[in-house]
Parts: sequence; structure tokens; C-alpha cells
Amino acid sequence: MKKLKITPIKNGTVIDHITPGFAVKVLHVLKIPESTSSVVSVVMNVKSKIGKKDIVKVENRELDTKEVDKIALIAPKATINIIRDFEVVEKHKVQLPEEIVGIVKCSNPTCISNAREPVKSRFLLVGDDPPCIKCYYCERETEDIAERII
Amino acid sequence: MDFKNRDVISIKDFSKEEINYILNYTKKMVPYAKGEKHTDILREKILSSLFFEPSTRTRLSFESAMNRLGGRVIGFADPSATSQKKGESLADTIRMADSYADAIVIRHPQEGAARLSTEFAESPVLNAGDGAGQHPTQCLLDLFTIVTERKKIKGNKIVLLGDLKYGRTVHSLAYALSLLGAELTFVSPESLKMPKEVINECKEFGVEPSSIPNLERAVKDADVLYVTRIQKERFPDAEEYNRVVGMYKVDIDLLKHAKEDLIIMHPLPRVVEIDPEVDKTPHALYFKQAFNGVPVRMALLSLILGGKEL
Repeated sequence: MKKLKITPIKNGTVIDHITPGFAVKVLHVLKIPESTSSVVSVVMNVKSKIGKKDIVKVENRELDTKEVDKIALIAPKATINIIRDFEVVEKHKVQLPEEIVGIVKCSNPTCISNAREPVKSRFLLVGDDPPCIKCYYCERETEDIAERII
Repeated sequence: MDFKNRDVISIKDFSKEEINYILNYTKKMVPYAKGEKHTDILREKILSSLFFEPSTRTRLSFESAMNRLGGRVIGFADPSATSQKKGESLADTIRMADSYADAIVIRHPQEGAARLSTEFAESPVLNAGDGAGQHPTQCLLDLFTIVTERKKIKGNKIVLLGDLKYGRTVHSLAYALSLLGAELTFVSPESLKMPKEVINECKEFGVEPSSIPNLERAVKDADVLYVTRIQKERFPDAEEYNRVVGMYKVDIDLLKHAKEDLIIMHPLPRVVEIDPEVDKTPHALYFKQAFNGVPVRMALLSLILGGKEL
């Protein structure tokens, strides 16, 4: 019998097709382990039909839209599977939003969005593979998106 | 073409047709800017001039432009005497200025400050330079200077020289010149080369800028030489600054290699990059260029504040 490296989960979210090596960054944006006490499984460099991928399984937690947007920024090919009672009840690919508001901090230290002003950070999507975003305020492109996620 | 209540934040907010329209309208403003003709089309209009950073030409030419159109100016040139000093946010300062005036002109040390200001002002906001970001009215006056001297921009061979990495004027100028069909050559020290993003923008308009280190060669068939200052404040290391600052100098010897009708431009202030001897030659256009700030800003203020066109 083929032995599974990772067991199915009863309830929660499976994030599949994460760019290989990016599972840890996904955990970082989901603020794991601080944000959950449930079981979290991480598999890296799994062979798939289109090369390698990472997978993250988070038990007893269904991701909200904002969290999915954050994942799209670092793993644009990921799929989100919502599991209830061992069944996949929802499955969709992450989608990069055209405008990213309040999720990423501008990498330009002298950008006005980093000052004490009553505005949320705001970016426009200028490239999708790999994701490339440009600050609406200072018009600079932000590198290391994963490190800049709020 | 309707410009009423438009914000002027970045040259990229304007189409080619809109830029040409502004440049054409600017021509009509020249005699008024010189004081040869008089108008009061912006009578009863107030411009709020908020300069959070030092400025000579931009601030004075905005004030002159508003006064020449019959309008009035309120504001400050030194933020240390304002509530900013007490910790007031830019958003709150803008809300206040918005209620006192019909338009706001802002210079601020932080990039994006002008764009942010538009979110808190109902009246139009004009960006007079935001940190190392945009300076659209400088770009327009540079374009106007070239159009006035060379009749058109398309097909002109334009050399951008100096600090092409940090200089805020050269990025938007390279964009606008490409949009309008100029041929571009970049000359700079290796550490101050034009950023790739800007080069890619030029290419989007079908312009293939060339980068060459030899100024004599670049100047040989140039129509316009646009010189910028190497900014000392950008260098953490004084030694590195000293190494690059004297690398290129525009002097009489260099001009022996240039075409007779080459024009030399500079956004000013200059330090050592242009020898004062050059000022006396017909090539030197930088003081006329600085004057052009007045008619360009008159044209914009008139169009934005809805003054009847002259």
C-alpha cells in the first residue's frame, strides 16, 4: 500500500501548489504558529505533474479573502481547498487582485504611506508571474513582497 | 480639452495630446509672463502654496504665475513655523489649506505626498516636487523649452547627463521625451546609471535609448544636452562623491565637439557641472529655461482653475 506522507484533515484548509520553497513564507503571512493552536502540516518539494510544489495544511481554520490575497502575492499559482468533514467543499485558485490595499508595507522608507498619515498602503499590480506591485503613492516597485506583508 | 479641477501629480497622468495642448497654450502665456501684456483671469482665486522643503525657482515661479494671472497666494516656505512642527499630519494640513484656497501647490520631502494630498483636498493639487519622486511642472517647462528652441520634440537627439539614478527630473523627462518621439542618449558615472524601469518605459514607446560613457562622443551630433547635478546628499561616502563629481564637465573645450545649434539645459541649481564660461555662449539655455517655469505654471493654473483661456 502506498504510504501517505501526510494524512488528510477533517476540517480546515489545504493550500496546494505553492511555489516550491515558499511554504515557510505562507506560514509567515498566515502568522503561524502565533495565530493557531491546531495542527499545521507542511510538505516541501513534493513531486507533482508540473514539477515540484509545497503544500500547507491548516486544521480547523478556513482562510478569509484577505488571507487568500496575501497568499496570492507570494504563491500566485496556489490553490485553496476548504475541507469540512474530510470533504473538499470549496476549491479555487488564488487570484491576484488589481489593487492591494492595507496588506503590504511600501519598501521605500521615505514613502508618505510609511509616515503617520491616516491612509492604508495601496499598491497596483504591474506583473503577475512573479507578482510585481507598484506603490500608488511613491510609484516605486516593491521587492521582497513576502517580507513586507503587514 | 477639459483640465478644470484636474490634479497635476505626475507627468504620466497626462496623454500626449494633453501635453501638446498645455505646451501650445503656454506659448500664449509668454508675453503675460514677461509683463508685456496684462490679465486678471484668475481674479478672486487663491492659491495655497505649501513648501515643506526649500525651493527657489519652483516656489517663486508659481507665485509669479498666480500673480501675473491676477490671483493671490497664501502659504509658507518654511514648515518650522507651522503646525507640522507640533506634529500635525500632512492630511490635516491639507484639509485646512483646502478650505482656505482654490488650489494647492505642494513641495514635500516624502515621495507620494502630493498623491496623498489629493485624497484630502477637494480643490486641485499641483505637485511641486515630492522627495525623489515626481516634479511634473519641471518636466513640462523642460519640454516647453525644447519645443520653443527646436520647434518640435520628435526626432531631436537629446543627451541626458549626470545623476540619472537619483535625479527626479530626468526620470519623468525621459518618459515624456520618449512619449513625444525624441531620440535619447544617457551619459552618467557607472554608479548613477538610469534605472532599468525608466529604460523599459522608454522602450514601451518604441524608443531605444543608448548609454555611452564618453560625453564628447555623445555631444557630437546632439541637439539638446540636458545636464543634472550630482547630488552630494545621496552619497553616504564623501570619497565616492568626490570620485564621480568631476567626472563630466561641460566647458568650452567640450563644445568644440558640438553642433553649432546645440542647446544646453539644466534644471538648476548647478554646482560644478557647467563651467560659467559656457553661460556666455548661445548654447546656454538654462536661465531661459528657468524663466519658462512662469508661463508653464500660468498655463496650468489658468486651465485648472477654469480661467477663461487667453
